[in-house]
Amino acid sequence: MRVVLFRISVLAACVAPAAVLLYRMFVSRDLGINPVETLQHETGTRSLQLLLASLAITPLMRLTGGSPLIKVRRMLGVWAFIYAFAHFMTYLAFDRLFSFSGVIEDVALRRFILSGMVGLLAMLPLALTSTKGWIRRLGGKKWKKLHQLAYLAVVAGGLHFVWKEKVLTVETIGYSLTVIALLGFRLVEALRKRSRAQSRAPR
Amino acid sequence: MLIKKSGEIKESEITPESVYNSRRNFLRAGAVGAMGALAGGLWARDSFGRPVMTQAELAGIVKSPLSTDEEQNSWEQITGYNNFYEFGMGKDDPARYAHEMNIDPWSVKVEGMVGKPGDYSVDDLIKPNKLEERIYRFRCVEAWSAVIPWVGAPLKDVLERLQPESGAKYVAFETLNRPDEMRGQRTRSLQWPYIEGLRLDEAMHPLTLLAVGLYGRALPNQNGAPIRLIVPWKYGYKSIKSIVNIKLTKDEPPTSWNVANAREYGFYSNVNPEVSHPRWSQATERPLGGFLKNKKTLMFNGYADQVAAMYDGMDLSKYH
Repeated sequence: MRVVLFRISVLAACVAPAAVLLYRMFVSRDLGINPVETLQHETGTRSLQLLLASLAITPLMRLTGGSPLIKVRRMLGVWAFIYAFAHFMTYLAFDRLFSFSGVIEDVALRRFILSGMVGLLAMLPLALTSTKGWIRRLGGKKWKKLHQLAYLAVVAGGLHFVWKEKVLTVETIGYSLTVIALLGFRLVEALRKRSRAQSRAPR
Repeated sequence: MLIKKSGEIKESEITPESVYNSRRNFLRAGAVGAMGALAGGLWARDSFGRPVMTQAELAGIVKSPLSTDEEQNSWEQITGYNNFYEFGMGKDDPARYAHEMNIDPWSVKVEGMVGKPGDYSVDDLIKPNKLEERIYRFRCVEAWSAVIPWVGAPLKDVLERLQPESGAKYVAFETLNRPDEMRGQRTRSLQWPYIEGLRLDEAMHPLTLLAVGLYGRALPNQNGAPIRLIVPWKYGYKSIKSIVNIKLTKDEPPTSWNVANAREYGFYSNVNPEVSHPRWSQATERPLGGFLKNKKTLMFNGYADQVAAMYDGMDLSKYH
């Protein structure tokens, strides 16, 4: 029961920013003087935050020694994708007016757009295989392997944010350090595992 | 200077309800309220129903044939959304924090290859001219744009009075550098002070304006008070704000964004839809207030007829 409540509150936290944005867009009409910029900034940072949150689950569980956190990891990932997709749609609709040649030009010429697109595409198979059915179909091991694409997504998303800004900002530096810390944790884990495996291996 | 005091705003002109129609405005008004007593920062509407901050009215403004008749952006848009990194990197940081800058007294140092160097007040520089309203297109390199009714005098007239020497080829400008009052300068987002420059023929072009006003009123701090440059065929960052130094030079002066990132920001920075930018396509722009980036960007921001000849024979993608 406590887990259910926990999951519901995390879901609410994921949905709330989207609800607020929709309210500001259609009801109070106060997205600011450049509404598209507000929409893009809000959806983009929210996506990155949720992706980072999903990647923080494993280290947090290691620290806290197991907890219901794992029960919300997939949800965080799915919502990271939802915000990234909304983010992409604002670009496609408002900036590029659904011109696919325009998008292709951007991807080809601008690393800032290319990195965003890589992040989105890396998350797509993860969102599609986020159901229990797919975990069963793929088998836990394969599913986990596939979902390491989240590492690529978070690097691409982080670069997208850094390259979007004309100069380094406190915000982008903060996100970059978080990405480095979360991936660094995994690198250390992997190295430790390998050395353990080697020391066990027959000589 | 030709300034009437702000106390002359009639009670009937102050209709705050109509302006306080959004939460965002309301929040901003809260921030502005603190400076209200200081700068007369109450929101009001002018006779056209446009929201106007009670900046002092400028008297004796004449219209200019160089103005565009395109629909102008509102006072709220122009003063509430812009870049002025001296106050922070957010688009609403200037509106929020620029009141911390003290613009009285103000002095502009004129130096270099010029017949009449010295320290000048804004009045000294501008007053011999009749103030003109120049409604210009404004194009930011970030691919948003606006139409803005500036008030000022042609830089050409001011420079001629200062008598550039025959060897002078460039004009360098510098913004106030006062970290105590300009919180963005306490960070290293750019090198301070902000510096800009023009080739002398660009500076002497009839379109190039030294602006002291907006919508018939004194420039609000966030838009570069008390005196700023406007070069309408170049990306916005060339139009340096809150100028304290003007220097005539023989050599091309360094410019802030070019120093920060030469690949992306050239010395000329003419609006050019054909020169690809590593961050934003410059082929189209989003008029401020709209959702769609659906306006085709024009060569030299639509001023090609007047200015293109200055760049004859130059490779504009090399000299971008």
